Amino acid sequence: MQGTRRQAANSPTILQRMFVQLERFSARADVTKAVYSAAVAFFLFIVISPAIAGIVAQFLMLPSLTLTAEVAARMRAAVAWSFVIGLTVSSLDVVAGIPLAWLIVRRSGHAVTVLDSLADIPFVIPTVALGFSILEFWSTPGGISTVFGSGGLVAPGTLLIMLLHFAFSYPVIVRVMVGEFLNYRETYEVAARTLGASAFTAVRTVTLPILRPAVLAAFLLALARSLSETGATIVVAGAFENGTVFIKNVRDAGLTAAVVTASLVLIAASLVVFALIKIISPKLRVAPLRIWPSLERKLSSRPVIISRNALSLLVFFIFILLPCLFIAFPAIEAVASGTVAEAIAGVGPWKTFWSSMLLSYVVALLATLVNIVSGLPVAVLIARNRFGQRATKVVDALVDLPIIVPSLALGVSLSFFWGNMGALPEFWVLVLAHTTITYSYFVRAMAASIQGIAPELEETARTLGARPLRVFRKITLPLTKYSLLSGAILVFTRSVDETGATFAVSKALKTAPVLLVDWIRGTVHVTASERALGVGFLVVTSFLALVVLRLITLRRQTRRH
Amino acid sequence: MDRLSFEIENGEYLCVLGPTGSGKTTLLRLIAGLLNADEGTICFDGKPVNDIGPHARNAVYVPQQYALFPHLTVMENVAFGPLARGKSEKEALEIAMKNLETVRLAWRAQSFPNELSGGMQQRVALARGLASGAGLLLLDEPLGALDARLRLDLRHRLREIVKQSGMTAIHVTHDRDEAMSVADQIMVLKGGRLLDHGVPHRVYSRPTGIFVANLIGGASFLEGIVDATTDAASVVRLRGGLRIKAPPALHMLDEPIILGVRREQVRISDRNPELANVLEGEIREVRFLGDSREYLIRLTNGDIIASRHYSEGPEPRFSAGDKVVVEFEEGDVLVFEYPTQGLRKELEMA
Repeated sequence: MQGTRRQAANSPTILQRMFVQLERFSARADVTKAVYSAAVAFFLFIVISPAIAGIVAQFLMLPSLTLTAEVAARMRAAVAWSFVIGLTVSSLDVVAGIPLAWLIVRRSGHAVTVLDSLADIPFVIPTVALGFSILEFWSTPGGISTVFGSGGLVAPGTLLIMLLHFAFSYPVIVRVMVGEFLNYRETYEVAARTLGASAFTAVRTVTLPILRPAVLAAFLLALARSLSETGATIVVAGAFENGTVFIKNVRDAGLTAAVVTASLVLIAASLVVFALIKIISPKLRVAPLRIWPSLERKLSSRPVIISRNALSLLVFFIFILLPCLFIAFPAIEAVASGTVAEAIAGVGPWKTFWSSMLLSYVVALLATLVNIVSGLPVAVLIARNRFGQRATKVVDALVDLPIIVPSLALGVSLSFFWGNMGALPEFWVLVLAHTTITYSYFVRAMAASIQGIAPELEETARTLGARPLRVFRKITLPLTKYSLLSGAILVFTRSVDETGATFAVSKALKTAPVLLVDWIRGTVHVTASERALGVGFLVVTSFLALVVLRLITLRRQTRRH
Repeated sequence: MDRLSFEIENGEYLCVLGPTGSGKTTLLRLIAGLLNADEGTICFDGKPVNDIGPHARNAVYVPQQYALFPHLTVMENVAFGPLARGKSEKEALEIAMKNLETVRLAWRAQSFPNELSGGMQQRVALARGLASGAGLLLLDEPLGALDARLRLDLRHRLREIVKQSGMTAIHVTHDRDEAMSVADQIMVLKGGRLLDHGVPHRVYSRPTGIFVANLIGGASFLEGIVDATTDAASVVRLRGGLRIKAPPALHMLDEPIILGVRREQVRISDRNPELANVLEGEIREVRFLGDSREYLIRLTNGDIIASRHYSEGPEPRFSAGDKVVVEFEEGDVLVFEYPTQGLRKELEMA
């Protein structure tokens, strides 16, 4: 072992020689151009265009798209409900999430560290599992109703969808706001305080208005998730329909015209709403400065702060944490009943279950790899404004498209597009669909991170004689390693989580969450304990995958210090 | 902060001078109530304010980067203080307008801070402080973010405006010229300790220690031993047997001490020396400083002494290698105790 290592130190290994060759290559303008062009072409023609072109072509090609009056009315109501639920839930999330984020940032101690980690739990649990957990918690006799002694507190339907969406959007808001509060220059608040403002006044008139863009960004993220979520929503919807549930239902019923129309409407409506919010809100001038000193001083007093913190914690525990963790009870019951042995043996429904699990993780892994390879150059281009001001803005907006547009609608388009292409096997359509759906996450994370590096560092390295690839490997990559890994983790978990697009493109193949939706809805016959255990397995495996990825990230980080 | 105790009169303009890390900003934040003192008391008008929060302290903190609220107009920024202290909107806007006029920025009242130049932002920050109705203005490097030329123009204007307002001001800086020219009183800090506190001229001419002498004005420091001491004068023996007459000080015979000589008080002559102390040496280096020239002279015993000359012609009077005589008054020699950790350690900035 030592012998080979010494040898390696003396003469360059094949890998090292290869890198030297590649670096030499990277200094050639035509090579750089080719790499960037390939990445952009992949993004434009494989990732984005099919997501729109498929459905537009279908819309133009279908001989008649007339819906019956009844279906059209259902569609209008469903799409409208999507936005009503999304806007309501996201607003509530902002109101409930900001105080908790504040508490996490401004207090210290073990309890706060624990709280910080607990706030991430809904991230860790796949949304379908969350849907099942929330259904069990709010709507079954074994859930919260045991406290009240009734048969189920909240029946499946609008309210339950809201509770679900509130729970999975909440950590998004908390995460974004914690990050923002940490980066925020406290001097503004300090200045306001010494000018005579009470703590409440300072936060209301100075801190929050300055952080308005961040609050808005968090709100839009929450809104997008709410509009897009499909699998878990179907689980808790009962007979109620929002946009995505409607599309799923009419697709199952074979009403292609309704699928196409509703998807188009949903895509167009989302684009319009997001564009409106993005364009109008920065132009809205906050109302003129008003301060109510005595009232706001009272609001800054200890008793008020304590009750506010207590209330935020209460909301967090009752509406987020308990419903999320409730999955543990039925799963443990199932373990106790001996279903585990059958599951491990792969008997009955478990055979398809395990192949679905495998499919989920293989697809997620491939989508992540494709994302990293094809996304890195695009992230660099965006971060360094290489396209020029205007083109960068366009690419920037296009990158966000897969987040903004509901994934089920994108999936519908993708399935038409690749279906018409014909030759592509279903498995690869699935990988491409997942790549499209998750594309924004990786590129966004990397672009932001690269933007954070002073260009002078790269420029200096260049003048010290490093070729572009070497600069990237030795300067840019080490400084953005953490973002690269966290971006990759985000893509991976989103892919495992994804149901909307998967519903739309899958025919024979079913990923784990899609299969579980069938199990929970009872379209496939399974027992209650099999159902609970299946969901439990998905939670545990995705949790383990996250832990493994986190450990790798952590080890890399400690090694650097 | 270590056993630091001082008082400031109402209406006084105090400059706190010290190197980076000396605790200047910490001191301001303690007074503003943004930090809590582990021990000790802070009193305003004789009443302790330790338990009063920053919003009720009546001391307004103006940070180095001004912290103008980016989402509010200049007018709203300045009106923020009066509004927060419960003034009606009409009254607050009047106060704001008055103070914007004082800093001659009324015409930019509707602008946003990022539309103003650095100097204008500084003036808005000042107006906001003045308008707040607080009695004490805490200025943290108020001119530090401006370029050198503007800094010179603004510092006297700053003092004038503060004085007109009748507010008490504590102005933190690391620029000794700035401190000298605007302060009623100067305080020198190092490592959280108060080294000197007094009127600028006293701090300059009779600094309490080597560090203060070096920070304010700079000097050549020579190590020596007390050779003779009377009520009228002392004689100090340097290395190589050179002798220097110094003012009388309470030092024992044979005690090691440090002498300081300001460079502007050292003369170079080629003939007929007339001052009390006369030493021979050789020019080592000539530095051109714009309004003056500085000569470094190596004395016959190897010690280096600096001399500064104003209003010379285009060519220096002496050049490296010239044999010269340096002279200075007995009364201009500063006498210091020998520092326990040695001269070099004492002069370190942190």
